[in-house]
Amino acid sequence: MGCGMGKSSLQEKKCTRVSIYSVPAIRAALLIQRWYRQYVARLEMRRRCTWNIFQSIEYAGEQDQIKLYSFFGFLMDHFTPASSERNLISHIFRENEICRDTEWERYFCYKDIEVPDSYTGPHLTFPMTFCGVSKLVEAFKQKQQLHARYVLQILGETWRLLRILPNINHVSVCQTKEITICGDLHGQLEDLLLIFYKNGLPSSEKPYIFNGDFVDRGKSSLEILLILFGFLLVYPNDLHLNRGNHEDHIVNLRYGFTKEILGKYRVHGKKILKLLQKIFSWLPLATVINDKVLVVHGGISNSTDLNVVSRVDRHRYVSVLRPPKVVHQTLNGNRNEGDNGPAEGRRRVRSLTNHSSALPQRNSLPRRSLQNSSISHQLSSSVEDELKRRRRLAGFDQTYKNANGSDSDSDPDFAEAPEANGHDWKQIVNLLWSDPMPQNGCISNEVRGGGCYWGPDVTEEVLGRHNLQLLIRSHECKQDGYEFCHNRRVLTIFSASNYYEVGSNRGAYIRMGADLVPHFIQYQASRTCRDLTLRQSVGWTERSALRALREQLFVHKSDLIRAYREFDPHHTGKISMRHWASATETVLKLGLPWRVLRSQLVSRTHYGMVDYQQWIKELSITEPKLEVSDTSILETMYKNHSNLETIFRIIDTDHSGLISLEEFRQTWKLLSSHLKMEISDKAITDLAHSIDFNKDGSIDINEFMEAFRLVDLSAHG
Amino acid sequence: MAETSETADIQRKIRAAFHVFDHKADNTVDVREVSTIIYSLGCFPTKADIHRFVDEVEEDNMGYVHLDKFLPVMTKVLLENKFPPIPEENLLQAFEVLDKERRGYMEPQELAKYMKSEGETFSQEEMNEMLTALVDEKKNLICYKELISQLTLDLDT
Repeated sequence: MGCGMGKSSLQEKKCTRVSIYSVPAIRAALLIQRWYRQYVARLEMRRRCTWNIFQSIEYAGEQDQIKLYSFFGFLMDHFTPASSERNLISHIFRENEICRDTEWERYFCYKDIEVPDSYTGPHLTFPMTFCGVSKLVEAFKQKQQLHARYVLQILGETWRLLRILPNINHVSVCQTKEITICGDLHGQLEDLLLIFYKNGLPSSEKPYIFNGDFVDRGKSSLEILLILFGFLLVYPNDLHLNRGNHEDHIVNLRYGFTKEILGKYRVHGKKILKLLQKIFSWLPLATVINDKVLVVHGGISNSTDLNVVSRVDRHRYVSVLRPPKVVHQTLNGNRNEGDNGPAEGRRRVRSLTNHSSALPQRNSLPRRSLQNSSISHQLSSSVEDELKRRRRLAGFDQTYKNANGSDSDSDPDFAEAPEANGHDWKQIVNLLWSDPMPQNGCISNEVRGGGCYWGPDVTEEVLGRHNLQLLIRSHECKQDGYEFCHNRRVLTIFSASNYYEVGSNRGAYIRMGADLVPHFIQYQASRTCRDLTLRQSVGWTERSALRALREQLFVHKSDLIRAYREFDPHHTGKISMRHWASATETVLKLGLPWRVLRSQLVSRTHYGMVDYQQWIKELSITEPKLEVSDTSILETMYKNHSNLETIFRIIDTDHSGLISLEEFRQTWKLLSSHLKMEISDKAITDLAHSIDFNKDGSIDINEFMEAFRLVDLSAHG
Repeated sequence: MAETSETADIQRKIRAAFHVFDHKADNTVDVREVSTIIYSLGCFPTKADIHRFVDEVEEDNMGYVHLDKFLPVMTKVLLENKFPPIPEENLLQAFEVLDKERRGYMEPQELAKYMKSEGETFSQEEMNEMLTALVDEKKNLICYKELISQLTLDLDT
């Protein structure tokens, strides 16, 4: 019996009308609804816990990366130009090389690269056409690889085009043309193909904005770039790219893009990487739609000023992780001002929180002086004091400044207006690294180590100041692919589905017309997960997260046992659950609810006590395939897996994938300084020899990392 | 109210659940997450119960809730067992009211009809999710008898 009334009027009239269903039925329905909602909520709680695990491990990794990079910056600043350690890493800071663009053009020239007859991949002709790009998309769908010659050709053309684009793209959407906005893709080609399938390929009738983070983590970062650049070349007015925080060669060293390129292009990989470095620095920073909607990868801060942003020399910031070098003229308190990594730099933003744990790392010096440093004695605790002392001892002041002048490390232009450059740099970091928060204010983003957290009041103020109505950003994975916040004035869009694990989240993209109202289309790339029920997909993701967590616990074995022992003065081998939770957090610092997780991580407890010795023994993760006698080195290796790999790749300047035994030793020295721990020379030498698989004096980075990859033996699927 | 160990235990549980949603580690959660937290602590409130709870603890319509306000109210709820769980028999009876012939199963459309028009109605999205979760694919039926015990088991593992 249908009534033509809306629901609310139906409910109003409930008392007077005769219910279609009897009262018991209403009560039954209420009960079932209540029961079901509880069930869903408890699943949601589990899903959220799982999410938090993945996210905290991810962000801890990012923070780790930045700490490492800051440490290198510190080495660069405080050790003599002659020290070998400095030389190992100085090239990553040599960002503003003096060669002119014409010289680079010659270096990147593809013309001498021959395409052999045996090549079965796609052949490209230039200028690029729509057919050409479609052919490329098709080829990548068939898992073909584009020849290095064509890669360099596309990249070269892209570089030339990007150089004439402004920092901020301005696009207009009219009545007949809707624009599509996509978020992070992270090398997941299946998602890009799914978007094109559902939404159509880019064209003048179908404009697109891609909001950064095209690369890293996924396996097809290069293919995504080539497709996006291809369309950019064909439709420069209709395809818009914003730079993300992963469009950064230093970040790429850690998160897989560098490895992907070197793996796919053994001969020309280095050139490709170098060209990509330039391209990334030339990517526009933001897009504005109809002067009303701002699209940027990370977000904003209270000091965001688009007028300033539109005037910066964006290509100077090859890596956004390190601020521009302030010349070493000032020896007083200003010393730390311009020369900090993002963690410190963010401190200058009005802070409502206390100093983070990230800071001490930067300011405290390595206790072990580095091998060839001519000033090798006990280092004091204050950076400034130490610097002054060394300068005094070595009479460095003048010589260092001169050395800087001729060293290609610093661009002479930087010397002119360090403050302005520091300010510019801050603007850019905030655009690429910031996250929104529910509370008012603007504080440094210490979880990631870069950018800031900004509140709804900042959104209102910045949008108001620029006469904008909506901020669209990406940068954070969202379960449903998108999420509003700040009274629907900020919209996060994330396009990499199953980002943490199969079934972890959907991806989404936005369609927007002249009315500037966003419409969402969601998807999930893997066919298997769509068929899973809620319960199954939560279970799957959960098992994966727990595996990742067990790995973290395993690599911190010794530290954990030490922490547990502090609560066990009588050496009973058991501690209370509360102490277990507290000690675990102290060691891992992931900010996770260990008490809640305990039941899933620790299978047996006796009367509320955890037998930690037994439990740690049972965390069975495989031992490496090699004999390494020194277990503490082993643990360091596991714990600092990513850091090690990053350092290796930095040291491997010719990107050959191989480093010498000497370089290997230097890597460990660097790492042990960074971690402030002692590792004996003998231990390192033994290690080096034991992993020299080919006994030819060089170590294959990939083989090395493979040998120490962790495999969870206890996992059951 | 004297701090018994039971209260202390309860408060620890509440804090742990609260912190799952405390993203900025400043003891606040988005108000929209409050219902999930309450449910996850083993309570079975109605939507009306939740609205009343939120009214008591929300920070002046700011969209978030602070732990300082949440903790005492939630502790009281747990100590007084204000929203007790639904015994399995009651649930079974409820289904049998809707399934008058007491077949032990219902067609998806039948249940959907009730859920969307009676009581604290489901949105279309909630309904779709429920159907995906509860419908036996092969038979295209909701075999509620089996489901009730199975789902309870699920959550406890």
